[in-house]
Amino acid sequence: MHHIVIGAGPAGVTACETLRDLDPSARITLIGDEPEPPYSRMAIPYLLVEQIDESGTYLRRSNDFYARNRIDVMSMPVSSINPADKVISLSTHDTLDYDRLLIATGSTPVQPPISGINLPGVHNCWNLADARAIATRATPGTRVVLIGAGFIGCIILESLHKRGIELTVVEREDRMVPRMMDEAAGGLLKRWCESKDITILTRTGVSGIEQEGAGLSVSLDNGDTLAAGLVITATGVQPNTGFLQGADIDIDQGILVDNYLETSKADIFAAGDVAQGRDHPTGGFVVQAIQPTAVEHGRIAAANMVKARSVVHRGSLNMNILDTHGLISSSFGQWMGVEGGDSAVLLDQDRYLYLNLQFGGDHLVGASSIGYTQHIGVLRGLICSRAPLGAWKQRLLDDPTRLMEAYLGSVQGLA
Amino acid sequence: MQRSLLIDPGKCTGCVQCELACSLEKEGIFNPSKSRIRVFTFHYEGRFVPYTCTQCSEAWCMQACPVDAIALDAGTGAKVILDAACVGCKVCTISCPFGTVNYNSDTGKVIKCDLCGGDPACAKACPTAAITYVDADQTGYDKMRVWAGKTDAGAMASTQYGGT
Repeated sequence: MHHIVIGAGPAGVTACETLRDLDPSARITLIGDEPEPPYSRMAIPYLLVEQIDESGTYLRRSNDFYARNRIDVMSMPVSSINPADKVISLSTHDTLDYDRLLIATGSTPVQPPISGINLPGVHNCWNLADARAIATRATPGTRVVLIGAGFIGCIILESLHKRGIELTVVEREDRMVPRMMDEAAGGLLKRWCESKDITILTRTGVSGIEQEGAGLSVSLDNGDTLAAGLVITATGVQPNTGFLQGADIDIDQGILVDNYLETSKADIFAAGDVAQGRDHPTGGFVVQAIQPTAVEHGRIAAANMVKARSVVHRGSLNMNILDTHGLISSSFGQWMGVEGGDSAVLLDQDRYLYLNLQFGGDHLVGASSIGYTQHIGVLRGLICSRAPLGAWKQRLLDDPTRLMEAYLGSVQGLA
Repeated sequence: MQRSLLIDPGKCTGCVQCELACSLEKEGIFNPSKSRIRVFTFHYEGRFVPYTCTQCSEAWCMQACPVDAIALDAGTGAKVILDAACVGCKVCTISCPFGTVNYNSDTGKVIKCDLCGGDPACAKACPTAAITYVDADQTGYDKMRVWAGKTDAGAMASTQYGGT
């Protein structure tokens, strides 16, 4: 049995680890397309502030993890796959035969359609090569324009700011992290950033970037221009599916998978950012592109690669936790609420505290928070366990901070 | 035989000596907010419930960690934060459905119960035996495991729990 895993991110590495646990005699090949050992993009902000070196970003810290688990690691772009013959082609024109294939190729930053986006000094903040380029340019006093105040834009704010740069953030939508937080929360984040001397321009687009002397000039759609020594784009990511042209695999937003993480082609599975898998609690199929989901996909797909249809994917919860220059926010599930559902909201503008619980009937279906870091995972427990809240629903409506008590009382039956 | 913390809320008087003992053991200070075990108060029921990590076998925290900074202590079964490797990304804090991994803003890293290497300070400090450290098969975590199963994204096809 030969398992091939394309993509050396969290989904791919977790899949290989699970494959080895469940199938001691199989041949396992892990194919990445970057020169470094498999690493975590999530660690890049901490690399930028030099809290860790590059080895601190590695997904598995032990030097012999891959050798010990007999995982053959290759760094080589895959150019195409042929499901009929169960063979993949590499960029060198070599081919590899597989018995089971996992596509875990992740995602790539979206390049906004702006003139000058390919100029020197304009970078994504996505991989280690980007991080090195940003570290070189983001020297003290440098003016930096960050395009996009989504999750990635926000999470690198502090790293950039700590390098002593002058930072302006440009966001097309009406608030920061619009896909993770509502207006009230986005407003708190903006005010927090402004209190840290970061300029945040919402409802503002970038119309073009030009070379100007040794630096760059960023033109905004309000007519202003910003001088910059470095422009960073963080306007979202999209699944890496380009190499699947001709493979006749069903793709919507991402690769469509069933409840076993199998694609429309037999013996080909997909996991992580590239996969459009089942969402909890809606039951729909979405691209979540988050670390916990990538790991869940990798583990479940691997189990089904070893033994067909042995583990059901019941759905992963979309959730995020974000540290925006020290202000910590999180969102879970249907944080925007559901029709006819109740909600409980606590907002303390002065102390930068926000807690928003969303109920569907007698269950918690989503939540978002700012400034709460203790026992926050219990929101996942409450949503995923679908526990009937009973009397605890009214108590949460009265005081949404009593989450842990509600969990212990309704789910664990300890009160 | 591995041992686990057995918590009997019926015996808890809410004295929070466990919290003080834990924060002293782990942080060198008496600060309940830094304790890995917390006592929750139920005003309506007139009840106190000490609660901490159950060292669950699913170990969502350990699986979700992007930098391999949570390790299994083979001696105690505890899932242990490796401070030198933890970058403070907090993904484990939202992954743990029990809410027992917390971010410590003073250190920029996460904290959770590690069973004190097999000699838990909370159990030693508890004056009413509401917290004891006993053989794992006596702790009656079965019910908790059922809920853990309901939370997990994956389910064995033959034993699928209710849900989607």
